[in-house]
Amino acid sequence: VKRRLVAMLGAGFGAAIGGATLCRGVLAADDPAPLKPGAGEDVTSAQCSACHSSDYIVMNSSFLTPDGWKAEVTKMRTAFGAPIDDSTAAEIVSYLASNYAAAAKPSAPAPSRNESVRQ
Amino acid sequence: MRRRDMIAGAGTSLLVSPSIAAESTRIPAELPDGTRQIARFVNLPDKRRMLRLVDRPPNYAAPVNVFTDIVTPNDRFYVRYHLAGVPSAADMDDWSLSVAGDAVERPVRLKLSDLLDMPSNEVLAVCQCAGNRRGFCDPHVPGVQWTDGAMGSAVWRGPMLRDVLRRAGVKPEAMEVWFDGADKPVMQATPPYRKSLPIDKALDGDTIVAIAMNNAPLPLLNGYPARLVVPGWVGTYWMKHLTAIEVSSVPLRNYWMQTAYRVPAGLFPVQHPFQSQATETTVPITELVVNSLIADPLEGDEVDRSGFTISGVAWDRGGGINRVEVSIDGGHSWQDALLDRPLGRYSYRRFILQTNLMRPGTYQLISRATTNAGERQAERLKLNPGGYHNNVPRPVAVVVT
Repeated sequence: VKRRLVAMLGAGFGAAIGGATLCRGVLAADDPAPLKPGAGEDVTSAQCSACHSSDYIVMNSSFLTPDGWKAEVTKMRTAFGAPIDDSTAAEIVSYLASNYAAAAKPSAPAPSRNESVRQ
Repeated sequence: MRRRDMIAGAGTSLLVSPSIAAESTRIPAELPDGTRQIARFVNLPDKRRMLRLVDRPPNYAAPVNVFTDIVTPNDRFYVRYHLAGVPSAADMDDWSLSVAGDAVERPVRLKLSDLLDMPSNEVLAVCQCAGNRRGFCDPHVPGVQWTDGAMGSAVWRGPMLRDVLRRAGVKPEAMEVWFDGADKPVMQATPPYRKSLPIDKALDGDTIVAIAMNNAPLPLLNGYPARLVVPGWVGTYWMKHLTAIEVSSVPLRNYWMQTAYRVPAGLFPVQHPFQSQATETTVPITELVVNSLIADPLEGDEVDRSGFTISGVAWDRGGGINRVEVSIDGGHSWQDALLDRPLGRYSYRRFILQTNLMRPGTYQLISRATTNAGERQAERLKLNPGGYHNNVPRPVAVVVT
């Protein structure tokens, strides 16, 4: 089957790469969603956007509990090495919990059940 | 009805003639509310109408109509980066690949021209993110909230990894092969994205260093100029912008192997366990699970009561699809779909089902695939902290008029 595919695809690869135009720029300007205004928005934006756009925060709302957000901020500090001190982290968690968390449900467990971390 | 399958009559292969299907414009309703706020279809360099989930690092899914084809066009192939330090094409101008490690005889550095001079292999293979369909998990699991478009299939071409490794000479004590790419973290303290394979999978003839994708150079956002292709295994091992290979006598110990991309031990049985990375409680996620997808019609489409065609793709870890069943009544009854000829162990298998006269109304279409080994898609989500391997059959609601 593989051999047949090659035959079907035909044209030589050398030609393909030689003729390619490789003038690829950076991604098109494409503004991420702004974070909601509120206490802690400035520090959250400044710290988190160093490595990723605010899309990540909005995308994961609003199903994480306040404890879920705390776990995410902890992961960024411990697993990803974000240089965020305790008091700044507390501000960020408070902002996320106020603006992007699910209403507290007694039945909703914290997501960290074992060593696995989602990517 | 919509004009689809305009490939009829074309003299060229099915593989290189994309069918014309209606573009999906819907943001799936099952996604979290926040994801639905930010997700939108955008154009990128070399990419057309992709569902933007995150711009930095770039994470873009293909719309479901793309999977009316067995081969995913390069400009519709999904994009997934963990770290925002994405190289530019100019950064890759002096690209080379080092092959070293404690289990090689002599470290070597290869240029693109060296790879071009080596015998090549071609594999038509599905590359699927471990977290494909995470956004449909109920309850939701944090991470990139993928739709079912965090996957694609391409004809990958390049030297076999084992031939690349032999240029450096593999010692008998080799246990794993480690991989690094040119994409980098923003912060120095962030673990660089490095992954490993067990030596057996690395030496498999279908594991290749791809320098061509669908007979063209790889798009930058898919790993130009060379990426690892690991057929049957989830995308996390398919290292993009591959720059360094180390053959090692010990397991790779880092965040990306030991913490991320792991599943509870025993939850997803595999043919070839990754023993050197297993612990008593968790194992690395490796082999794909059996899955299928209806690509046509699309959610919300109006279809003809006198009969319409349901088509889609099914795939698995490489054992082969034996059967795809389709339900038009939300899973109460099932019919066997027709299967197109298999195009290789690791490719999509296309299925179609032609419906008969139906009463007008709303219908739930569902597909479910079974492998040659008898594995069928899960009826309920096997909950796991990463939200991986979501292969629960997914209904597509259509209106028969």
